Amino acid sequence: MRTINQFFSKIREINQRYAKPTVEMSTGVKFSLAVLRIYLFLLVLLMIYKFITVIKVL
Amino acid sequence: MDFFSVLYYRFKKVWKAVRLYLVIAGPGLVVMIADNDAGGITTYAATGAKYGYHLIWFLLLLIPVAYYVQEMTVRLGAVTKRGHAEAIFESFGAFWGWFSLLDLMIVDWLTLVTEFVGMTAALSIFGVPAWLTVILVVLLMSIIVLNGRYWTWEKIALGFCLLNLIYIPAAFMVNPSLSEIASQGLIPNLPGGLNNELFFLLMANIGTTIAPWMLFFQQSSVVDKGLQEKDIKMGKIDTFIGAIITVAIAIFIVIVTGTLLNGAPIDDAATAAKLLMKMNHYVGAFMAVGLFDAGLLGAICISLASSWAFGEIFGWAHSLNTKVKEAPWFYISFFFTLATAGVVPLIPGAPLVLITLFVQVVAVTLLPAALVFLILLLNDKKTMGEYANTRLQNIVSTLIVVSIIILSTMYGVSALFPNLFQ
Repeated sequence: MRTINQFFSKIREINQRYAKPTVEMSTGVKFSLAVLRIYLFLLVLLMIYKFITVIKVL
Repeated sequence: MDFFSVLYYRFKKVWKAVRLYLVIAGPGLVVMIADNDAGGITTYAATGAKYGYHLIWFLLLLIPVAYYVQEMTVRLGAVTKRGHAEAIFESFGAFWGWFSLLDLMIVDWLTLVTEFVGMTAALSIFGVPAWLTVILVVLLMSIIVLNGRYWTWEKIALGFCLLNLIYIPAAFMVNPSLSEIASQGLIPNLPGGLNNELFFLLMANIGTTIAPWMLFFQQSSVVDKGLQEKDIKMGKIDTFIGAIITVAIAIFIVIVTGTLLNGAPIDDAATAAKLLMKMNHYVGAFMAVGLFDAGLLGAICISLASSWAFGEIFGWAHSLNTKVKEAPWFYISFFFTLATAGVVPLIPGAPLVLITLFVQVVAVTLLPAALVFLILLLNDKKTMGEYANTRLQNIVSTLIVVSIIILSTMYGVSALFPNLFQ
């Protein structure tokens, strides 16, 4: 139990340490990150679709 | 100065540069040659068997692709003294950091399984049972990693890189026609037109050239080795030489299978080795030894890439220069990844084909993100200073990265939906 608590407190510490991105959020950076989010979202949708179709066949 | 004095002066200057290179060489050579891992050998063997020498020109195009992507990690590592995982956490925040770290962990573990599959298949040709191969590999890697010095580890890894050159004598032993190689392979052509099968193989070749773990590995390796800004030039040369060697090895594999197995259906490199053994025992044996070595090199680098990344983020000591007592979690995560991946090929009926498919798909989620972060980080003038990307570097690297993203995405999606591009 203690180990698990220590692990989660470590995760919280990491999240706090890196809470603020240090890179200058210029328009280019914001645009790139937004495109990346959309790309990953679409990819995850495709994977879910594939997963559902495979499950249906089974 | 007379002629001999000038000659002596020039020789001393060149010799000094060579000695400096030999000190700095390592991360670029190791990462590039390890890039020809078990999956890579299979791709090249299949390329040669299916299209003969016709796609050698395409492999040559991969030299600048590999170089431009990987040299950015040299600059980033030498300037920031941080690994790629830490750089993403710090620059883009915890969300993108966790996304990259967890994705890297999954991709690395799955790729490691495929390396063990390659190694066990290679040694099974010589009658070594799979369980013994796994134990031997884990023991060998323990000896390599636990010596407590980065330099020793690197020299041993470079020894295995040398063994990867075994495909060169193999290619000479099959007596290929140089005129055919030149006429068919060096002039850009698409044999049979751009059909689905050819497109899939081209994408597979690109997919094996740039893998997500390579970015994380080389940057962490540069940091662990302690390279400074002044070493960037030699680090870049190291990466360029590595890129040439890795593509040269790929071409020699294509020559071997293109000469002896042209037209044979090749699903994996072990099958190619078995078929080659029937035609020329030594060439087949060389192919099998090379496959084992490729899997081993891949396993060494991939398991380290994960452990370095975890150490950076969790704040553990994470250097090969540390003893087990000083960095227990670094070594525990290394062996945990290695041992769990090694066990999978030993499980009867393990879904190895599904795992191979998964590697391609999950890598597609990580590679674009890691590449985009790389370019953004290299444009952070506040951190990178004079080593930030120039306009020309941005144009070239963006073109390469966008092409890789499009092609690797199509590769991953075609793995999910095999009939989509037909």
